[in-house]
Amino acid sequence: MKTHPLIEKLAGQGTVLTDGAWGTQLQARGLAPGETPDLWNLTHPDKVAEVARAYVEAGSQIILTNTFGGNRLRLAEAGAAGRVREINETGARLSREAAAGRALVFASIGPSGKMLLTGEVTEVELQAAFFEQAEALARGGADGLVIETMADLTEACLAIDAAKTTGLPVVASMVFDSGKDKDRTMMGTTPEQAAAGLAAAGADVIGANCGQGIAGFVPICARLKAAAAGLPIWIKANAGLPEMRDGKATYAMTAAEFSSFVPALVRAGANFIGGCCGTSPEFIRAVRQKIDSASRP
Amino acid sequence: MPDLQTLHDAVVNGDAKSARTITAAALAEGVEPMKLVQEYMMPAMAEVGRRFETNEYFVPELLLAARAMKAALELVRPLLTAQGAQPVGRVAIGTVKGDMHDIGKNLVSAMLEGGGYDIIDLGVNVSPESFVAAVKEKGANIIAMSALLTTTMPSMKITVEALKQAGVRGQVKILIGGAPVTQKYADEIGADGFSESAAGAVAAAKKVVG
Repeated sequence: MKTHPLIEKLAGQGTVLTDGAWGTQLQARGLAPGETPDLWNLTHPDKVAEVARAYVEAGSQIILTNTFGGNRLRLAEAGAAGRVREINETGARLSREAAAGRALVFASIGPSGKMLLTGEVTEVELQAAFFEQAEALARGGADGLVIETMADLTEACLAIDAAKTTGLPVVASMVFDSGKDKDRTMMGTTPEQAAAGLAAAGADVIGANCGQGIAGFVPICARLKAAAAGLPIWIKANAGLPEMRDGKATYAMTAAEFSSFVPALVRAGANFIGGCCGTSPEFIRAVRQKIDSASRP
Repeated sequence: MPDLQTLHDAVVNGDAKSARTITAAALAEGVEPMKLVQEYMMPAMAEVGRRFETNEYFVPELLLAARAMKAALELVRPLLTAQGAQPVGRVAIGTVKGDMHDIGKNLVSAMLEGGGYDIIDLGVNVSPESFVAAVKEKGANIIAMSALLTTTMPSMKITVEALKQAGVRGQVKILIGGAPVTQKYADEIGADGFSESAAGAVAAAKKVVG
């Protein structure tokens, strides 16, 4: 299969810096626990744009969108299944305006939260939900789509299928958080199985995000790379595991510690690097410095 | 007379149809329902748990096994009830207030049901008041709380406090679980038990209710 021209161009530029966590950034701006973050695209667009801008200013070359839970199955929990289009279109537009040409916008598509295996959702329903979201994101001006935090390979492949119809490049990223060595998805999928499955479904970039601290991503990245048949690799790691302090989740890892893993990730084959839970613009700035100092002759 | 070891294997292999057929045949032959549960089904679930711990099994296998167990139990339970046997415990389970994630909660629910517990599924985004009501009005003797988000974990602590306030803390054992939840947190908020995974939920429940 031919590589998408945008991905080919990006992958040829050396390590590409993506962004960090959105949820915690929105919470810092007043999003209440349990509130649906995606709705903020409509109710607090200024705050969402602030987060996007903070990542552009930190040096992200690709920023994502506040649309992780923007499929109708997830939005239904907030009684907003009928607002998929406006939530996603606005989400993509907010990031695009914040990027103002300084960064690309790869729009986020998260899991449905339902399990195919238990029969609570069908493949047809999943595909329709992802198609609806992907189309709205494309209409909002996204440069690419990121299917992320997927635990079920079948669901990820259905999402890839739906996302590909937009013609945009598609990143597909799984969450490896299970098994003794934390190298399986919740459903038991290995990096090798994920790489083969995601590539066969037509993903332009494959990867791993969330689920564990950045140290665990180095071997997973290498295994994805080895099985990726030449596809570029996308890594967005957590800042270690959260600890509860005074009733609040805190991540003990510092930005400096986090960014110290960047050279190892690059050696393991990562083409796109960013952060997931526990990371912030400060982390992205630290990763920016690592990437820049590595590319300096 | 069917070879009862095949019942054990059917549960381990997640073969609900066989589990049900063998159970029906055994009951028709006059095998004691309690014997089926204690000597074949429970050891089968223990084996499933063991395989989960050793990475032979993951969530799909776990779910299928729990379903097979449930299919067999549906035939056995009415007989046990008729004999006056009480369920091992009545669990009110839910994902805590502010948290909409139900996959983990549903898995634990399936495992506990497979383990012979009566389940009251309170759903997601469950308020402390609803947990209290489940104890007062529905006779739950175990509360099982799930949270996927670090931001919703504090709802667990609030629920423990609400149970104390309502004067029913002494009537229930509290189990907690979910991705960010740790034994340390369980100790901190005064929960009685914690399980790292859905597979360990039955063991955790057994530990607290004896």
